[in-house]
Amino acid sequence: MSAEEPTSRRFKENVREAMADQSLQKALRAAGGGFVAKRSAAAGAVPEFEAIRDAGRDLKNHVLGHLDLYLAEYEGKVTAAGGHVHWAETAEDMRRIVLDICRKAGARTVNKGKTMISEEAGINGFLEDNGITPVETDLGEYIIQLRHEHPSHIIAPAIHVPAEEVETLFREKHTHLPADRNLDDLSTLLSEARTILRKKYFEAEVGITGANMLIAETGQSVIVTNEGNGDLSQSLPKVHIVLASLEKIVPTLEDAATVLRLLARSATGQEMSVYTTFSSGPRRAEDPDGPEEYHVVLLDNGRTEMVGTEFQEMLRCIRCGACMNHCPVYQAVGGHAYGWVYPGPMGAVLTPSLIGVEEGGLLPNASTFCGRCEAVCPMRIPLPKMMRHWREREFERNLAPKAARYGIRLWAFFAERPALYRLATRAAMFVLGKLGGKRGRFAKLPLAGGWTDHRDFPAPEGETFMAAWAKAEKTKAAR
Amino acid sequence: MSQPKRPRVALFVTCLVDMFRPTVGFAAVGLLTEAGCDVEVPQAQTCCGQPAYNSGDRETAKRMARSVIAAFEGYDWVVVPSGSCGAQIVKDYPLLLDGEPGWAARARALSSKTREIVSFLVDEMGFSPTDVRFEGKVTYHDSCSGLRSLGVKAQPRALLGNVEGLELVEMADPDVCCGFGGTFCVKNPEISGKMVSDKTANAAATGAGTLLAGDLGCLMNMAGKAQREGRPLKARHVIEVLAGMADGPAIGEGRE
Repeated sequence: MSAEEPTSRRFKENVREAMADQSLQKALRAAGGGFVAKRSAAAGAVPEFEAIRDAGRDLKNHVLGHLDLYLAEYEGKVTAAGGHVHWAETAEDMRRIVLDICRKAGARTVNKGKTMISEEAGINGFLEDNGITPVETDLGEYIIQLRHEHPSHIIAPAIHVPAEEVETLFREKHTHLPADRNLDDLSTLLSEARTILRKKYFEAEVGITGANMLIAETGQSVIVTNEGNGDLSQSLPKVHIVLASLEKIVPTLEDAATVLRLLARSATGQEMSVYTTFSSGPRRAEDPDGPEEYHVVLLDNGRTEMVGTEFQEMLRCIRCGACMNHCPVYQAVGGHAYGWVYPGPMGAVLTPSLIGVEEGGLLPNASTFCGRCEAVCPMRIPLPKMMRHWREREFERNLAPKAARYGIRLWAFFAERPALYRLATRAAMFVLGKLGGKRGRFAKLPLAGGWTDHRDFPAPEGETFMAAWAKAEKTKAAR
Repeated sequence: MSQPKRPRVALFVTCLVDMFRPTVGFAAVGLLTEAGCDVEVPQAQTCCGQPAYNSGDRETAKRMARSVIAAFEGYDWVVVPSGSCGAQIVKDYPLLLDGEPGWAARARALSSKTREIVSFLVDEMGFSPTDVRFEGKVTYHDSCSGLRSLGVKAQPRALLGNVEGLELVEMADPDVCCGFGGTFCVKNPEISGKMVSDKTANAAATGAGTLLAGDLGCLMNMAGKAQREGRPLKARHVIEVLAGMADGPAIGEGRE
């Protein structure tokens, strides 16, 4: 579990707050369909895109069947190159390992490239508690660090912040700069953040990055960024720490290329991210630069327990964010409402897997099963199917809300007895039809507040089809 | 010369059409008959079991799947005026009953001859409406299961193109969920309310007076929202228009 307390249990309150948050709603509207159109164009421009998705799915399935072999191969290569691999079974293990490395390096400041595993393990808060200052160098991460927030999206962490609030924030935090400076557009904001971060790159003793992939045959870790911040974070300090989860492993460079062809197209609609960086270990004698020490900390945190279960396919995820970009539920409430590290459809499956269905159980229920996420997932992860699996687990363990369970039971009692069902529906529709007939709808109905608080309830025509059909058949037979 | 045999088609009415909008059931019978089918309505039908399935009650969903299979497997085709219930039979029954001796094969067999109605009319019967009129602008919402599980997209548009007087205007994001989602709409009412208001706004922005779709659940959701918002938008199942049965009150409209 993360060092941060999840709020997924109070998803419904989170939703209400998100709906009422004008600034969030404005930011969501502004971001809106941008990613959707770009992803669609990028995928459409590659005739074999669907075949690459198949290849990506197959290669990840293969890896998950041989995770132990590839991880051992990877560890061997990293060690041979002079690096160190650390195994963190839990988030707490990861925090301890990272702190140890930082302490040994005498670190006071740690630069960070974007990493969701750091969020999952609660690295920033833990380092701060231990007197070490983490500095986020990705622009979005930098913005939310200044706001004391967590990412609301796995690739666009500050997507919930409207641009003009960034300006206000920078004026408030960067007080050493002239108050009358121009911060009108994104490029001026970007350049101000760049100037400030540029200095910090040279101050940090340790650089932490994530990994989009780990390559078994070469022992390399791969990151993709659009700002180049990851490169500076990892090559300037004397110690580089890579934080990754186990399932990021791919067998070969060729396989890494397959994933790269899917990743940026699915995420931002780019053919490739601006920077794709392969790290092969500490600086060698002939290298012009690079860290003196290279550490990879591999997090399990419940993932190996997912292998072999109906949730194994979730481990194919390459964290592109396409599912949340296309999810109408995510688009309505934003990422923070989900209450833990991972939002959107992938979060709705992963959160109960990693922190328990008691904590994250409402998330897989917050889906209409519209299937848009699965339709765009580059790894063809059947997200709705897995959300349904979580609902099944909840139902089996009597965790589903009482009203829902009794409602289903009552409905099933009738639905499994056609004759009784006929009578009951006939009577009910007759009454509803009479009551609502003139106006044709109800503005309020007992026990239907969930519906009528937001919309009218259409009245039935009055007679059921089955009754009307039986009557029509009888008339036909009599003729 | 022997006449080609008329296929025996069982109509799976769906619980919502049965209870709320029998007109859609009669429109289905009319279109199927006109397309050259002998239509029957098996009496043992109630519901496809989707509410249980999506609520995590797998055992109830399996029992209901077996009842539907038993009631419908004796026909040439099973036709459903809903992409959602259709997909439950086509896609989910084989998964639900996978590995169950006897039932797995029966589930696959039923799946292979079950179709959503509009795609059945076009893809299997090569049908196109003749002499059907509908005056005015309409817009069409792609319901999720029909679109993404069954590939229903071009067929309704093709058939609407043959309706005289009808002008189809596409809305923005016709393929984005309306927020119904079965029990979702009452379990997550605020999110659902937001999604459906986006949908009615997009539909209204086309200037169309009529909003069509192929699933009654989505239609009741969108109709109810449009009415709550006071939008002059009438919601109808697409086959009401195709069958020339769109002169009665629209969904949620009074009889006066």
